[in-house]
Amino acid sequence: MSSAALAIEPASPTPLLELRGISKEFPGVKALDDVSFAVFPGEVHMLLGENGAGKSSLMKVLCGAYRADAGEFYYKGDKVAISSTADAQKLGIAVIFQEFSLVPHLDIAQNIFLGREPKGRIPGTIDRRKILADARRVLGTIGFEIDPSTTVDKLGVAQQQMVEIAKAISQNARILVMDEPTAALSDRETELLFALIARLKADGVSIVYISHRMAEVFALGDRITVMRDGRRIDGVRPPDVTPDQLVRMMVGRNVDMTYPRNFADQPGELLLEVKGLSSSTGISDINIEVRRGEIVGLCGLVGSGRSEVARAIFGADAVTSGEIIFDGKAISGEPDLAARRGIALIPESRKSEGLALLRSVSDNLVVSALRKLFPSGLFDQRSAQRTSDGLIRQLRIATPSARQTVGLLSGGNQQKVVIGKWLAAGSKLFIFDEPTRGIDIGAKSEIFALIDRLVAEGAAALMISSEQVEICHVCDRAYVMREGRIAGHLTRSELTEENIVRLGMHHA
Amino acid sequence: MTDISKEAMMPSRSFLSQDAIQVFYRLLAALLICAVLAVLSDSFLSLGNILNVLRQASLTFFIASGLTLVVLTAGLDLSVGANVALSACIAGTVIHKTGSPALGILTGLACGGIVGLLNGIMVTALRIPSFIATYGMLWVLNGLTYWYMAGETLHGFPAGFRQIGSGYLFGLPIPVYLLLVFLGIGTLFAQRTIWGQEIYAIGANPVAARLSGIPVARRLLLVYAVSGTMAGLASIIFLSRLNSAEADIGESLTLPAIAAVLIGGTSLFGGVGTVFGTFIGALILTLVLNGMNLLSVSANWQPLVTGIIVILAVWLDMKTRRRAQ
Repeated sequence: MSSAALAIEPASPTPLLELRGISKEFPGVKALDDVSFAVFPGEVHMLLGENGAGKSSLMKVLCGAYRADAGEFYYKGDKVAISSTADAQKLGIAVIFQEFSLVPHLDIAQNIFLGREPKGRIPGTIDRRKILADARRVLGTIGFEIDPSTTVDKLGVAQQQMVEIAKAISQNARILVMDEPTAALSDRETELLFALIARLKADGVSIVYISHRMAEVFALGDRITVMRDGRRIDGVRPPDVTPDQLVRMMVGRNVDMTYPRNFADQPGELLLEVKGLSSSTGISDINIEVRRGEIVGLCGLVGSGRSEVARAIFGADAVTSGEIIFDGKAISGEPDLAARRGIALIPESRKSEGLALLRSVSDNLVVSALRKLFPSGLFDQRSAQRTSDGLIRQLRIATPSARQTVGLLSGGNQQKVVIGKWLAAGSKLFIFDEPTRGIDIGAKSEIFALIDRLVAEGAAALMISSEQVEICHVCDRAYVMREGRIAGHLTRSELTEENIVRLGMHHA
Repeated sequence: MTDISKEAMMPSRSFLSQDAIQVFYRLLAALLICAVLAVLSDSFLSLGNILNVLRQASLTFFIASGLTLVVLTAGLDLSVGANVALSACIAGTVIHKTGSPALGILTGLACGGIVGLLNGIMVTALRIPSFIATYGMLWVLNGLTYWYMAGETLHGFPAGFRQIGSGYLFGLPIPVYLLLVFLGIGTLFAQRTIWGQEIYAIGANPVAARLSGIPVARRLLLVYAVSGTMAGLASIIFLSRLNSAEADIGESLTLPAIAAVLIGGTSLFGGVGTVFGTFIGALILTLVLNGMNLLSVSANWQPLVTGIIVILAVWLDMKTRRRAQ
């Protein structure tokens, strides 16, 4: 595709903010390489790219957290400098990061006006009435109806996001940068966010929106900038491109969007049987079967109890009643027992639950297989590294060596390390909790290919995912959860997004 | 292929591991202190003084080596000093009553180990933060020891028993041999066994360790029991060297042991550090105090200097590690 054919005509002649030739280098890494980027008033500008493509770096340069090594900034055509977060704030640039910067035990009003509180009559105090009134007004402009004296730790993710947006608006933000804002939202919450975005747009606020979800890109975007390896690859308009073309621009090669899966004709023997399982975390009467050679989906809304089922099977949460039969024998106890018997859990938050980020790739890869690799109890670093080197090749983990600190790898490669540690342990049942969250498209299809190979070799997988497309493409069948219970079971032929949504929805 | 280009772009880790580099810096610091003291004081390089430094360092090291394992799991054992006192008093009583040093040694080790195990149970089964559990244990042990000793002093032990703390073999003090043996065992245990690896993994991320199938509670029990047993061992050396035991002997032991661990480069956040580093830490601490004695600096300055060294060591550590990230 030639970029000339897709040349962009700006919505208005002068961009609100323009970046020209921005470069930013870290020791050994060129994070941004001669990137130019323009935001026009009242547009939603989608920023696309795999992890490590430079989106986050660009965002940090925009908000003044990073100082660009080279390049120029123009605000409404005038040259400006953004060398601190204060500079960016003065220009009306605000960023909603994925991890919010709210103070949990303060209330909404205090959070919105943190550091800018209206002063009360007595020095050192806050004018309580004014701060609440101001907060109510700001919340009103974004259509978020809530009592501003509610403390933030009582709010859900979506509501906290609203508070962040309110805070940005109260600082007269004209450019709102959002980093994967829907990643942790339910469908309903996503709709509300989209409505708010439309409203902000109408008020002339520009939005720079980072996303991994193709549907959003086309639903929201006025323009799309694609980045790869620190460079701006292209700028396009949604009607002029197809999702496949965008994916190709992002990865620089053809990626099969239809996930690879070789379905077996006959499922294998019964591997996991869960009977009437209830746990301390609120799931009840769960009945699940998984056979060798199968990938079984576990779907439902966020909060319907999917992760809790995974944790209970693995022994991470206390089981209050019911039975787990694995490979013909009942199992109950701590995760070390489940792991020894051949169950693997690939948890949802790989950074906090899956990896020791400061330790090496090798340390992380062998941690679950220590007993198997070193039956004498004597550990040998060289032998551990040889095993790791094998896994690094097999899983195509992009790392300079097995000694690399695992926290420095990209999300996809970190995920491969988490899977790799269970391959080393020789696990038979792999429980995946959102295996592709925050992972770029290229790595996604690699991970699915890997899961497919695992089950083809006689293992089995139980896969939790909020991406219904993934479940439909990859799974042999699926259970759908609702409010801590199994709401239904879908066979391969019944497995459609509509059916998953229908079973998972709360009935009014 | 993007994988390869990413690979080329990633900063690669140097050949030496971070731990090796940190230990190397510490050895350099220890040698530097030695060089300075050798110039400033004629008596520093005498054999007698060097052996004295090693013997003093050994006592700190015994307590600090077990403590290192606890700190590697992101825990802390504040009861080690009090444990030494109780174990020494009980072991001393057993030797007096039975006349058998062997029985006394076993009782001292067992007492230390049981106290450690109780700490471990509080941390794992009762989920009390280790800092608080062992702080409470410190008071409990002090109370027990004071009640048990009722102001008495145990004094006078068999000559054979006293050899452990003050005897020589081929010209070297026996505690120095014990130091080398336990330095070897400690290093092997931490670096070359799967339990050692699991302890590092627990310290680096306890949640991930549990979800990786490591029996976290059992390993923590082991670690606290080892820390207690090493305090028991220290109590025997102490008893044998001083030839007496009183209820308050432990009070000056805990903080120097923690200092040795920290100067040795073990992070209080867990997952980072080595037993060998703790040995160097104990050595640096002893060298500085020894040097101040030789240079007739008032002993009142010693805590202040120790404090500055701890702060300096931890600050330099954080700085070099941050650069390495």
